[in-house]
Amino acid sequence: MSQLLTRAPASGGLPAPVPTGPVRLHINGETQTLQLAPWTSLLDALREYAHLTGTKKGCDHGQCGACTVLVNGRRINSCLTLAVMHEDDDITTIEGLGTPDNLSPLQQAFVDHDAFQCGYCTPGQICSAQGLLNEGRAHSEAEIKELMSGNLCRCGAYVGILDAVSEVANSQGEMVK
Amino acid sequence: MYPFTYSRATDVADAVRDKAGHDGSAYVGGGTNLIDLMKMNVEQPAHLVNVAKLPLAKIEDLPNGGLRLGATATNSDTAWNEQVKARYPLLNQAILAGASPQLRNAATNGGNLMQRTRCYYFYDLATPCNKREPGSGCSAIGGFNRIHAILGASEACIATHPSDMCVALAALAPTVRVSGPQGERSIAFEDFHRLPGDHPEFDNTLAEGELITSLDLPEKGFAKHFAYLKLRDRHSYAFALVSVAVGLEMDGDTITDARLALGGVAHKPWRDHSAEALLKGQHATAETFGRVAAHVVANAVGQGSNDFKIELARRAIVRALKQAAEGKQEAGDVYLGGQ
Amino acid sequence: MTQTNHIGKAPNRVDGPLKVAGTAHYSGEFNVPHLAYGYVVSSPIAKGKVVAIHADEVRALPGVLEVFSHENVPYLAWFDKSYKDQIAPGGSPFRPLHSPDITFNQQPVALVVADTFELARYAAALLRIDYEQEDHETNLETKRTEGYAPGGGKTGFQAPPPPRGNPDKALKNATHSIEAEYAHGAQHHNPMELFTTTVEWRGDGKITAYDKTQGVYNVKNYLMGVFGLGKDEVRVVNQFMGGGFGAGLRPQYSVFMAVLATLELKRSVRVTLTRQQMFSIGHRPNTLQLLKMGTNPDGTLASLQHHALHETSQFEDYTENIVNWSGMLYQCENVKLGYQLAKLDIYSPQDMRAPGAASGNVGLEVAMDEMAYAAGLDPLEFRLRNYADRDQNVDKPFSSKKLRECYKQAAAKFGWETRTQKPRSMRANGKLRGMGMGGGVWDATQTKSAAKALISADGKLTVRSATGENGTGTYTIMTQIAAETLGLPLEAVTFELGDTDQPEAPIQGGSWTAASVGTAVKNACDALGEKILKLAQKPADSPLKDAKYDEVEFVNGQLRLRLDHDQAVVLRDVLQASGETQLEADSSALPNMLKQQGYSMHSHNVAFAEVEVDEDLGTIKVTRVVSAVAAGRILNQKTARSQVLGSVVWGLGMALMEETVMDHKFGRYVNHNFAEYHIPVNADIPHIDVIFVHEDDDIVNPLGVKGIGEVGMLGVTAAIANAVFHATGKRVRDLPIMLDKLL
Ligand SMILES: Cc1cc2nc3c(=O)[nH]c(=O)nc-3n(C[C@H](O)[C@H](O)[C@H](O)COP(=O)(O)OP(=O)(O)OC[C@H]3O[C@@H](n4cnc5c(N)ncnc54)[C@H](O)[C@@H]3O)c2cc1C
Ligand code: SF4
Ligand code: FES
Ligand code: FES
Repeated sequence: MSQLLTRAPASGGLPAPVPTGPVRLHINGETQTLQLAPWTSLLDALREYAHLTGTKKGCDHGQCGACTVLVNGRRINSCLTLAVMHEDDDITTIEGLGTPDNLSPLQQAFVDHDAFQCGYCTPGQICSAQGLLNEGRAHSEAEIKELMSGNLCRCGAYVGILDAVSEVANSQGEMVK
Repeated sequence: MYPFTYSRATDVADAVRDKAGHDGSAYVGGGTNLIDLMKMNVEQPAHLVNVAKLPLAKIEDLPNGGLRLGATATNSDTAWNEQVKARYPLLNQAILAGASPQLRNAATNGGNLMQRTRCYYFYDLATPCNKREPGSGCSAIGGFNRIHAILGASEACIATHPSDMCVALAALAPTVRVSGPQGERSIAFEDFHRLPGDHPEFDNTLAEGELITSLDLPEKGFAKHFAYLKLRDRHSYAFALVSVAVGLEMDGDTITDARLALGGVAHKPWRDHSAEALLKGQHATAETFGRVAAHVVANAVGQGSNDFKIELARRAIVRALKQAAEGKQEAGDVYLGGQ
Repeated sequence: MTQTNHIGKAPNRVDGPLKVAGTAHYSGEFNVPHLAYGYVVSSPIAKGKVVAIHADEVRALPGVLEVFSHENVPYLAWFDKSYKDQIAPGGSPFRPLHSPDITFNQQPVALVVADTFELARYAAALLRIDYEQEDHETNLETKRTEGYAPGGGKTGFQAPPPPRGNPDKALKNATHSIEAEYAHGAQHHNPMELFTTTVEWRGDGKITAYDKTQGVYNVKNYLMGVFGLGKDEVRVVNQFMGGGFGAGLRPQYSVFMAVLATLELKRSVRVTLTRQQMFSIGHRPNTLQLLKMGTNPDGTLASLQHHALHETSQFEDYTENIVNWSGMLYQCENVKLGYQLAKLDIYSPQDMRAPGAASGNVGLEVAMDEMAYAAGLDPLEFRLRNYADRDQNVDKPFSSKKLRECYKQAAAKFGWETRTQKPRSMRANGKLRGMGMGGGVWDATQTKSAAKALISADGKLTVRSATGENGTGTYTIMTQIAAETLGLPLEAVTFELGDTDQPEAPIQGGSWTAASVGTAVKNACDALGEKILKLAQKPADSPLKDAKYDEVEFVNGQLRLRLDHDQAVVLRDVLQASGETQLEADSSALPNMLKQQGYSMHSHNVAFAEVEVDEDLGTIKVTRVVSAVAAGRILNQKTARSQVLGSVVWGLGMALMEETVMDHKFGRYVNHNFAEYHIPVNADIPHIDVIFVHEDDDIVNPLGVKGIGEVGMLGVTAAIANAVFHATGKRVRDLPIMLDKLL
């Protein structure tokens, strides 16, 4: 199988938009019920409906990592998943990791190592790095580089990103070399 | 993206029933392929049945010594599973060579098998594509076809199956267990994906309404002598131009059993039985590897921008066979190039 | 040492906490009430006409507010001039939704506006449009003989200087000579942030456009011209830009669309382009270059000839300086430079990081490597023998040039002396190892800029200038300059930017922001300082009684005599005693033409790269890069280093993977997304060393800065290409060097 599912063209009446319904999400520890149609991605739900714009849209197609958030502690691209698929899931966005006055260790390390320039990929990088630390599978610089490769940075801040993530991984006793 | 209704299935029967009850409906696992295509208006399902939270996420031993990979287990959980690492390191490495950590965390095993072949034109509604619109023509033939097939292509379509995981699976030869309106059945992995022929709109042989429930790996895992080699246009987060999965069993330097599959070269993960036969009983020498590699690509056809893949595939096969024979590659938490 | 000495240090970015916490707001993140969403519909053909737009079907969908196209766009400005922005090249700018004519693929043909983003996107998909297609041409190869020299050009464009000496004869008589063609395809800026504009309807015909742009004033003037808006009716804001690299120099069609819809619907509207549409807003042009070089017996250049041809659109003569640099980087008496354009059915190219130089530099620096080999010389030695102490293009000395020092320090750090000259002579880890180098030159310019400084009675300083922050560290360096000028800690200073309510600053590009805005900031703070001094001198017993401004200094919150530190007053006391709640001063800065006219002002760099090539598989791994930059004074070591690191990543991308592929049958880019247009990922990037060679230069500007956003990208691409040659003996002259080119 895998034939495409396509709809009848315009003349036969356009498929009507599907009405919204309540979707309950636990975002950064707070339970929020948003009125959403099934076609709203988790990313758009966060940015346009919950007004949490820390999570970024860089491609909307899983090709850049800017939209990375933690769902039940694991990093995924929020652009390629629907909000309705996360009913009752725990969503952590960059806003949930720390605030400008109270930065998380990763956020502080990113500042200290100047691990960004424009800052647009940065929330995704940091959420991804947090996911990486949660996974506990980065034991060397080569591994961090590979496991941080799902996040593009057009400013090219990769050296700083590596240094920042290594520093925090080291401080948490993750690195073996 | 077209509008659609949505439901979350609670168990397999519910999923199958729900899907059968909705015209133009689709299962969704991680969504990393389907939602991507829906955003491009390539796929326009009217209803989605979410199967990601079905109780099919387990990875467990089978009585016959094999290992069952649940269809909704994520690619990450599968790759990092201790059994997989210990017994099927080839699968571990292939999965970790694919996509990105975030995508692997979302992607399910079932979805990975079912992901559509990859082609620029298939994604772009501005250009004709037989796979999208049968009979409209293939833009890749005579167009830009760097990522396209050199083996088993047809005049209708030259797209390639982009999965890394499936290349390893082709070598490991599991059975795909499915459940559908007609009940359950098993499909040999090799028969699961198909070549384009005159019907490129079909990527595989799953029947309407069928749900993949698991992948059952046989006992033999080629854990000592294996290689997964992926060649691409950047060092990570890129689809394979060519990838090679090799599993060998060796007695000294004699090859007693062999599996060889290629990715990025055909409409399906490309397993070559005749090449495997050529390897069996041979000494693991450069000469043997060269002969076998030449055999695999003997009938390969380039399409212009992908001509290089014939030579690249030949060389990659030689390299992967050598690596597998040396038995140096190991399972791990990441894929670091396999070199 | 004083604590309020900030310039040249390495403080963290002042906007860092906002960025890492996700609270910096980019253009698409102003969630104004009652927002509608616009989705752009792009042409699927490269040339032809829109014959019909079946908009009514779509308008009928509940929640769809309007479909805008050339059919219903209201009266807009008629003259080309109104559409010309500050850096528009010669020709007629593209006017969105102006006529049914299609002049490039993915041309925006309609805007669908709806209550939600999802609905707008869906409605856009449903919109049926009939086209009449015409034959197009998008292949530069077909225009090899049809190149023409552009007449004028955009601001900053300089036609190549006339030939000097007798280049052809010198080439004929040369001891050794080479001739080769170099090429690269189109490349797209692809900043991570999508082009987005949120336009807030403020009622009464007034709007605020939160636009992704590198120049808020440029956009404001454009909008005033196109929509006939008054000065007070439009405000343009951009406080954070998610990368520009040149893509945001000119107003993009996203801002046109969003403003159009807002004015028509009298409702706030956001328009965001898709990543695919980001391939329709300008690019580094597909370029062909021919280089000829010859040497004298002593290894000096006898002749240097560089000719470039690149694509442009049918409607504009996009220009960039590709070949001029070749006439100034090395000493050579016989030089011929040529530059031509060819028209194709594509969108106009657009300045992209180190525009022109990045392209020309690859030709020049790979040719230099080829020439060095032909002459039997080490590539570094060859460059040293041809070191230019004067800019021969204009026959002037450089205001400062420490390229020789860059060569020296970078070569030492890199270990260039361990390199063996013969190709294929080095191996490591079972692979071929190669080492290569390349250097470059970029303009140090300053343009007119203004700033305002305000200080409150409690000693808090605010400085404003409508410049931009797209990652270059503008907030931070301006804060440093202001704080140091008035002797304050960084925390006491707030720098505000990116708003047309602020004093005008130039477009943020060309690496001139530090020099231009920095000088304006310094001047504004000095002007404020003079006012403060006057206040301080009011009391009869003021220790600064008769001091002139240049006899005092602001340090550590004090104002004191330079020569007698004990004669001091506390800044805050002065302000509080004055009874004023706030003091302010405006200032602008212009380049000092008189001082500068006798000099050529440029920054320079060199990059050394090491690669390992798997010969069987053609895979290339860059294992090390050392980059040395001489760009005057470095204001912030940390952000400057980041800029150079980023430049190296760009150079690597250009060398090994970046290329937008045109399918000429459709006249359409095929890999228009981030999955197939590859930019480097973390795993591609090696260890990179950055060296800044300090230059004292009070000619370029009072701060002595030259800018580093572009120069760091030069040399890198060529260094990698040259390293690949050194490793493999294969000379790849068409970029990017993908593995198939080494098989
Ligand atoms: C940018 C990008 C890069 C990528 N790079 C790589 C790469 O390098 N290597 C690689 O291997 N892959 C790569 N991928 C593909 C990725 O691996 C697949 O998208 C993923 O495996 C699909 O799994 P999913 O669960 O998300 O599938 P979904 O998107 O949920 O579904 C895909 C299809 O499978 C069907 N389906 C899902 N589950 C079942 C089931 N249980 N039974 C029957 N049908 C089902 C759906 O109906 C749909 O048609 C990449 C993807 C992206 C977006
Ligand atoms: S190769 Fe297949 S998928 Fe691609 S354009 Fe041709 S028919 Fe379509
Ligand atoms: S926006 Fe989700 S991966 Fe790019
Ligand atoms: S910091 Fe700009 S894209 Fe990463």
